[in-house]
Amino acid sequence: MSVNRRKVLKGAAATTALLAAPSVLRAEETIKLGSILDTSGIFDLYGKPMDKAVDMAIDEINTDGGIAGRMIEKVAYDTQSDMALYTQYGQRLARQDKVDVVHGGILSASREAIRPTLRKNKVLYFYNVQYEGGVCDRNIFCTGITPAQQAEVLVPAAMEKWGKKVYVLAADYNYGQITAKWIQHYAKQAGGEVVQVDFFPLDVADFGSTITKIQDAAPDMIMSVLVGGAHLSFYRQWAAAGMNKKIPMASTVMGAGNEHVVLTKEEGDGIMLAYSFSKELDTPANTSFLERWTKRFGATDDVHELAVATYQGVHLWAEAARKAGSVEREDVIAALEAGASFDGPTGKISIDPKTHHATFDVHLIEVKDQKMAVQKTFVQRPPVDTQTVCNLEENPKDTTQYEIDI
Amino acid sequence: MLRETAFSAAIGLAILVVAPLLFDDIYTLTVLTIYGLLALSLGFIWGFGGILCFGQAAFFGLGAYGFAIASINFADPWIAALVSLIIPALFAAVLGAMLFYGRLSDVYLAVVTLVVTLILFKFMNSTAGNAYKIGDARLGGFNGIPGFDTLTLPWDSSEYLINESLYYFCALILLLAFLGLRWLLSAPFGRILVGIRENELRAELVGYDVRLVKTLAFAIGGMLAGMSGMLFANWAEIVTPALFSLSQSAEIIIWVIVGGAGSLLGPIVGAFVLGALKFFLGQQTLVNNLFVLGSILVVTVLFLPRGIVPTLTPFFKRHRRRSRAAGNGKRGRGSRRRARHAR
Amino acid sequence: MDYSAVVVMEICYAIAVLILISAGLAVIFGMMRVINLAHGEFLTLGGYAAIMSNQAGLNIYLSILVAAPLAAAIFGFLVERLIVRFLYGRLINTMLATWGLSLAMIGGFSMIFGNTTTGIATPISGFALGNYQVSGYNLFVIAIAVLVIGGVYLILKTTRAGLVARGAMQNPEMAQAFGYNTSRVYMFTFVAGSALAGLAGGVMAPLVGINPAAGAAYIAKAFITVISGGTAVISGTLASAGLFGFVSQTFTFLATPVVGEIALLVAAVILLRLLPTGITGRFLKDKV
Repeated sequence: MSVNRRKVLKGAAATTALLAAPSVLRAEETIKLGSILDTSGIFDLYGKPMDKAVDMAIDEINTDGGIAGRMIEKVAYDTQSDMALYTQYGQRLARQDKVDVVHGGILSASREAIRPTLRKNKVLYFYNVQYEGGVCDRNIFCTGITPAQQAEVLVPAAMEKWGKKVYVLAADYNYGQITAKWIQHYAKQAGGEVVQVDFFPLDVADFGSTITKIQDAAPDMIMSVLVGGAHLSFYRQWAAAGMNKKIPMASTVMGAGNEHVVLTKEEGDGIMLAYSFSKELDTPANTSFLERWTKRFGATDDVHELAVATYQGVHLWAEAARKAGSVEREDVIAALEAGASFDGPTGKISIDPKTHHATFDVHLIEVKDQKMAVQKTFVQRPPVDTQTVCNLEENPKDTTQYEIDI
Repeated sequence: MLRETAFSAAIGLAILVVAPLLFDDIYTLTVLTIYGLLALSLGFIWGFGGILCFGQAAFFGLGAYGFAIASINFADPWIAALVSLIIPALFAAVLGAMLFYGRLSDVYLAVVTLVVTLILFKFMNSTAGNAYKIGDARLGGFNGIPGFDTLTLPWDSSEYLINESLYYFCALILLLAFLGLRWLLSAPFGRILVGIRENELRAELVGYDVRLVKTLAFAIGGMLAGMSGMLFANWAEIVTPALFSLSQSAEIIIWVIVGGAGSLLGPIVGAFVLGALKFFLGQQTLVNNLFVLGSILVVTVLFLPRGIVPTLTPFFKRHRRRSRAAGNGKRGRGSRRRARHAR
Repeated sequence: MDYSAVVVMEICYAIAVLILISAGLAVIFGMMRVINLAHGEFLTLGGYAAIMSNQAGLNIYLSILVAAPLAAAIFGFLVERLIVRFLYGRLINTMLATWGLSLAMIGGFSMIFGNTTTGIATPISGFALGNYQVSGYNLFVIAIAVLVIGGVYLILKTTRAGLVARGAMQNPEMAQAFGYNTSRVYMFTFVAGSALAGLAGGVMAPLVGINPAAGAAYIAKAFITVISGGTAVISGTLASAGLFGFVSQTFTFLATPVVGEIALLVAAVILLRLLPTGITGRFLKDKV
C-alpha cells in the first residue's frame, strides 16, 4: 500500500518537476534508453515493429511515473540493415550519448558487433530477439526464445502426431545450424530419426530440386528452419507442387516475421509452430496489449514475436530498475538475478540468473486461416540450451558465445 | 615536383590532424578515412588505368577476412596485417593476369569482376558449418568472424590501437597511399598507365607491355583495397560476408564517380561526403537512404559526369594562379605542369 | 525413370527462368549496346504490379501477362526519356546511371510497399509424374519462355518494325538518312525490353514472392547470361541460358543449391576467359 502511494507521489512529483523545469534541466534528469534497430533496409520487417514496441513500452513506463521519478528518453539509431553501422552507432550510444541501457540488435551478427563495445564501456545491453542461444556474458540479457525452448516442445508433439521420419531444412547460418542440431537431439530422444538435413544460404529462392529430393526420401514430416524473404518461396513452391497435402510440416521460425499472413491460407494451413507469443493467445494481458497497440498504431497487423519480446524486454528492465531504485548497471543486474519479473502479453517473464536468458511460457501453435491458433501452453520454460554451456554465477567474467554441441 | 609533393603532404597532414577537432565523432571519422582509402584504390585503377572493376569489394573483404583469420592463427597481429596485404594483392594479380592476358575489356571485365565477387560472397555465406575452418579460425558463414585480436602498438603489445590512435594510424596510411600514388603516377610507370588508358593500341605499338602494366596496376589497387579491409576489420572488430556484397561494390563505385574518377583527391572526397551522409541519414526515418544515394548517383552521371572534384578544380586552380601571378609575377607552376602533360 | 524425368523438367525450368529474366536485358543490350542495371528492379516492378492488380480483383492471368508488362513498359518509357536517352553511346555511364536508378527504386519500393515479402498463390496446381509430385506452374513458366523467345524472333525477323529496328541499331546514320527517326526506334526498343522485364517479374511473382530487394537476385544472373551470350539477342540468350541452366541444375541435383549457383558463376568466368566477347562474339555471329 505504502509502496503504491509512494509510487503515485513520486509520479506526481516527477510530473510537476517536468512541467516546471526548463528543458535543459529536464534533459539532464531523464534516463537515456538507447535503441539500435534496422528500421530500414531488408530487415525492417523485424525492426519497425520492434521500434514501435520500444516507444510503446517507454510511454507506458513514463505514464506510470518513470523509474525512481525519472522519465525515460529514447535515443534511437536506424542501422539500415548494415552491419558496419551497428559498430558505429553502438560506439556513439556508449561514448557520446552515454545512455543508461541499450535495447536492440536483430541479427546475431549485429549483436556480436555491439556486444564487446557495450561491455567495454559498461553499458547494460538487452537483446530481445529469438536467436541461436549460447551467449554467456554478464553484461547482456537475452530475452528472446532460443532453439531448445522451441524444439523441446515442438518436435515431440509433431512426431507424435505425424510419425518418426523427419527431414530437416535449415537456413545455412549459425541459427539454422544450431537449431538443426537441437531438432536432431529431440527427435532422437522421442525415438525418431532424422533422415536428412539440408542447409540453404539465405538468398536461395529456388527449391525445385529440393522438393524432388524430399519426395525421394519420403519422410513423415518436415521440420523447417528456413529464414527470411527468399526462403519464403519454399512454402509457395511446396504448395504449388501439391506437397502440402501429402507431407506435413513444423517450423521454429515461420511466423516470427508474420510469414503466416503473407502466405495464403492454402500454403500455410496446418504448419505447426512453437512460440512464446501469438496474437490469438486468449489471455486478458494479451487482449489488453493488443488493444493498446491498436489504439496507438491503428492495427495489429505488424505485431510479431520479436516486437513483443522487445516490449517485454524494456518493461522487464524497467521493473528491475524500479526494484533496485536505480538504473546503475550493477544494481539492475542484481535485481534481475534476484528474480525481477514482468507480466506481459505472453505471461510471466523472468531472468535465469545463471545464463542471463529468459524463462517464459511457450505455446504450441498451429497455423489456421492465416492465424496462429494456440493448441497447448507449456508454462515457464527455462533456456535449457544455454544452461548446458553457461554459468555466470561461477564464471562471471565469461564473455564467449558458445556454440552448443549436443 | 618535390616542393609540390611536400606542399600537398603538409596540407593533407594538417587536414587529417585538425579533422578530429572539428568533427567530434572520432569513431565515424576513422571509418570515413578507411572508406577514403578504399575509394582511392578504385579511383587509381579506374581513373588512371581505365579499368572499371565492379568487384573492388572482393579485395576489401579479402583484406578484412585475411586479417581476421591470420590474427586468430598467429600471435602477432602485425604478421596478420602483413598477410592481409599479401593475399588481396596476390589475388588481384592473378585475377588481373587472367583478365588482361585474356584481353577482356570494359563490360566483359565488369562482369567477370562482379562474378568473382559474387562467388566469394556466396562462398563465405555458406561457411556456417563446423567443417569450414582455417587453422583455429571458424569462417562462421553469414554471421562472420567476431572476436579476433586487433592491432597493438608495435613496441608495446599490451596497448591496442583504438580510438584516437587507430584514427591517426588510418589517417597516416591514407596520406602515405595518396602520396605514393601521386609519385607513382608521375613516374614512368604511371605515365605509361595513363597512356594506355588514353589509347591502348598506340601504347602497345610503341612497345609497352600493356597487359603487364595493367596487371600490376590492378594488383596495386587490390593491395590498397585489402589494406583498407584490414583497417576496417580493426575498426569494426567483426568481419561478415556483407563486405563482399554487391552493394558494397556499388558504394565504392558511387564514391569514386561522385567524387571524381579523374583525380586522386576526388574519390577520397566522395567517400568522406557520402559516408558521412549515409551516417547522418541513419538518424532520420523520413527518406530511405538507398533512395537518396541512388538518386545522387543518377544526378551525378547526368549532370556532373566528371565528379565533384575535377569539376570544381579549375575554379580553384584559376583563382590560385591569378593571385600568385598578381603577387610576384611568376608563371604558375600549374600551367607548366599542364603543358608537360599535353605533350 | 520418374526421377530422371523430373530432373529433366527441372533443368528445362531453370533454363526457362534464365531466358525469361534475361530477355528484356538482352533486347536492350543486343540492339542498343545499353546495359540496364535497373533491370532487376523492373522485374520487381512487374511483380508488384501483378500482385497489386490481382489483389485488386483482376484475373490472375491478366495480372501476370498484361498488368505486369504494362506497368514496366510505362516506367521504362519514363526512364528512357528522362535518363537513358542522354547517355547513348556511353556504355559505362548508362550502367552507372541505371545502377543508381536501381538503388533509388529499391529505396522507393521499401518506402511505398515496406520490406515484407508479398506474393500470390500459384494459379496452377501440382500434378503427379509417376511417384513424384511436380509443380504445374513450372510448365507454365517454360511455355511463357518459349513464347517470349519465339515472339521476339518473329518480330525481329518478319515484321517491318523489326527490320527497321535492326537496321537502326546496325547503322544509325543510314537509318536516319532513310528517314527513320532513330531516337524513336531506341525509345521503342527500350520500352519493349522493359515490358519483357515486367512480364518476367509477373511470371516469377507467384513462385518466389516479391520484396523491394528481390531484383538483386535476378540482375546478376541476367547480366551474366546476357554478356556471356554476346550481342545476338536470340541465339546468344538461348545458348548461354541453356548452358548455365544445365550446369547449375546438374550441380544442384548432384550437390546443393549453393554448389549449383557457384558452378554457374565459375562457368561464366571460364566462358568469358575463353570467349572474351561472349558466345555469339565467336560463334553464330550473323544470327539474331
